[in-house]
Amino acid sequence: MERDGFLELRGVASRYGSTQVLSDIDLSIAKGEFVALLGSSGCGKTTLLRLLAGFISPSSGEVKVRHRDVTHLPPDKRGMALVFQSYALWPHMTVAQNIGYGLKLKGVARAEIASRVSAMQAMLGLEGLEARKPQALSGGQRQRVALGRALAIDPEILLLDEPLSNLDARIRLSVRHELRALQKRLGITAIHVTHDREEAMVMADRIVILNAGRIAQHGSPEEVYNRPASAFVAAFMGAENVLSLNGHPDGDAFMLQAGPANEATTVQLAGRHLLPGAVEARFRPEAAHLFAKEEFLPRRPGVAFRGEVLAVAYPGGHWRHVVRLGDREIMADAPQAFSPGMRVAVHVPAESLFLFNSPTS
Amino acid sequence: MVERHIWLSLFCHVVLLIGAAVVCLPLYFAFVAGSLTVSEVQQVPFPLVPGDHFVENTVSAWKEGDFGRLYLNSIIVTVGIVVGKLAVSVIAGFAVTYFRFPFRMTAFWLIFISLMLPVEVRIIPTYEAVADAGGPLRSFFGAIGLTGFLASTTGYQLEAALQWNMINTYGGLILPLIASASATFLFRQFFLTVPDELCEAAKLDGAGPLKFFRDVLLPLSSSNIAALSIILFLYGWNQYLWPLLFTTEKEMYTAMIGLKDLIPVADAQPAWHLAMAASFFVMAPPALVILLMQRWFTRGLVDSSK
Repeated sequence: MERDGFLELRGVASRYGSTQVLSDIDLSIAKGEFVALLGSSGCGKTTLLRLLAGFISPSSGEVKVRHRDVTHLPPDKRGMALVFQSYALWPHMTVAQNIGYGLKLKGVARAEIASRVSAMQAMLGLEGLEARKPQALSGGQRQRVALGRALAIDPEILLLDEPLSNLDARIRLSVRHELRALQKRLGITAIHVTHDREEAMVMADRIVILNAGRIAQHGSPEEVYNRPASAFVAAFMGAENVLSLNGHPDGDAFMLQAGPANEATTVQLAGRHLLPGAVEARFRPEAAHLFAKEEFLPRRPGVAFRGEVLAVAYPGGHWRHVVRLGDREIMADAPQAFSPGMRVAVHVPAESLFLFNSPTS
Repeated sequence: MVERHIWLSLFCHVVLLIGAAVVCLPLYFAFVAGSLTVSEVQQVPFPLVPGDHFVENTVSAWKEGDFGRLYLNSIIVTVGIVVGKLAVSVIAGFAVTYFRFPFRMTAFWLIFISLMLPVEVRIIPTYEAVADAGGPLRSFFGAIGLTGFLASTTGYQLEAALQWNMINTYGGLILPLIASASATFLFRQFFLTVPDELCEAAKLDGAGPLKFFRDVLLPLSSSNIAALSIILFLYGWNQYLWPLLFTTEKEMYTAMIGLKDLIPVADAQPAWHLAMAASFFVMAPPALVILLMQRWFTRGLVDSSK
């Protein structure tokens, strides 16, 4: 996937002492794109962001903006701004001073700073708060001041380090959309670090999933959700049910052998590449369909598993069942409850069943 | 959790009152002694009620000791010590916290070790260094032969030109006392609590180290600086040994030395009433500073979240 390469990382690696934090990061980000760096803690996503901002230097590789090598430029010479997770507002300065400090350091005339600051306040809904100190602001307001400070210096690239993680759950949902709308309106390139899958899905044009310092997959939210490239990505994107099956490819389809809970059947490969042998099958609880055993009629392509309900709970909107399939336990959702002990059939549609070759162990 | 119980608060008050009495009793007797006449002050047993000569004794003690001049000296020396100590220690704390340079930790530990050496221990070398500040330069130029060379070629006496004696100067009274390990340590500890993100945010905004220091660290440490300056004011004002050693002329005495001169020696008139009255106006400035600035003082000690 070659983009026009507004921001490019080539073979970037970073080590901390003897620990390899990042390796072989190749990424090309287009102007105006909103990219989410998604991963669990310790996957290197924050290191990557700090490396982009210029706080640390990569041990190898290069970072380019508009084909200009910025790998060893100081943070303020890169045309980037960063919104910190803790916001890092100046506690002794007012809102207006916080937003205007970068401009002041750049030697911008006082009148221009004032007009730019009030433009930022207007854009972010901070009117009337210019004389407040950060302590006197709510979490959402602080977050907007941090955003205003970042945007005031008119950066080409906006880096966001989990800026929503310190907000109330309810505010967070609306801020997601505000932030995304703002980014689109300004046409600014944004790189957003998060561990929240849903946040990344909602906000980003493209999601880059990091695992142990490497890019596990990158693509549109829909791609990474529906076509995970590895078992790790599938699990990270919510396909936590896992079953071990055996099979072999046969033309465009994959022949699954009968297992402890399923009959032999075929699923379309649909472009996937699978080797014969043991495969790991993953699916999401919400993708499974539950049927009472006697009424089950396979109507759609997919795989049906026989099992027994062990437990049922109502988390809201649907019933969640723990079902034992052979020697494994999985979760499956259904619009109605099946009582524990019932024999059920779990049908997973072909497009929702992710198959990966098991690591040869 | 604060306990609220009538007996407990009663007990606390009793303890507090006893403590206050223990602290104030000597002050009370100083006041009693300061309000008596010279014959009354030598009575045995010592009177327990004050007389009515306090103002009179204060005025004559002030005149006798020339305290107008000594007060001025004390204020100059104290303010010099406060400002000098703050400036040196805040910069040293900034250096050891925010910069990575060779022997940084060595420097820090050297400063820290010197905490354990009070001025009394190193008084003789300190005296030597300040009384003859030109000495090291003289021996250096002597050793490299510049002194002899200048004397033989131009007749210029370098030895004579490099005499720098700070005895009986404000500089000599202030400079040896402004290096402060404890204040450096305090600022270092405070700077360590300042989140790294603030430093990074400053870098992103393009602020260099000095701008960051001036625009962020100094305003953030304002309450620490206020608290510390109060402690340092007491420290400077109460300096005794160093001014005693280092001043030989009466015009350069500090108030503390003036007070010491009022204390009767053997075979002189036992004018304890004057000494005791004087002790009140000598201890007044630090007491006033505490009274007026205690709000900043407690805030600086308690409020580290800012």
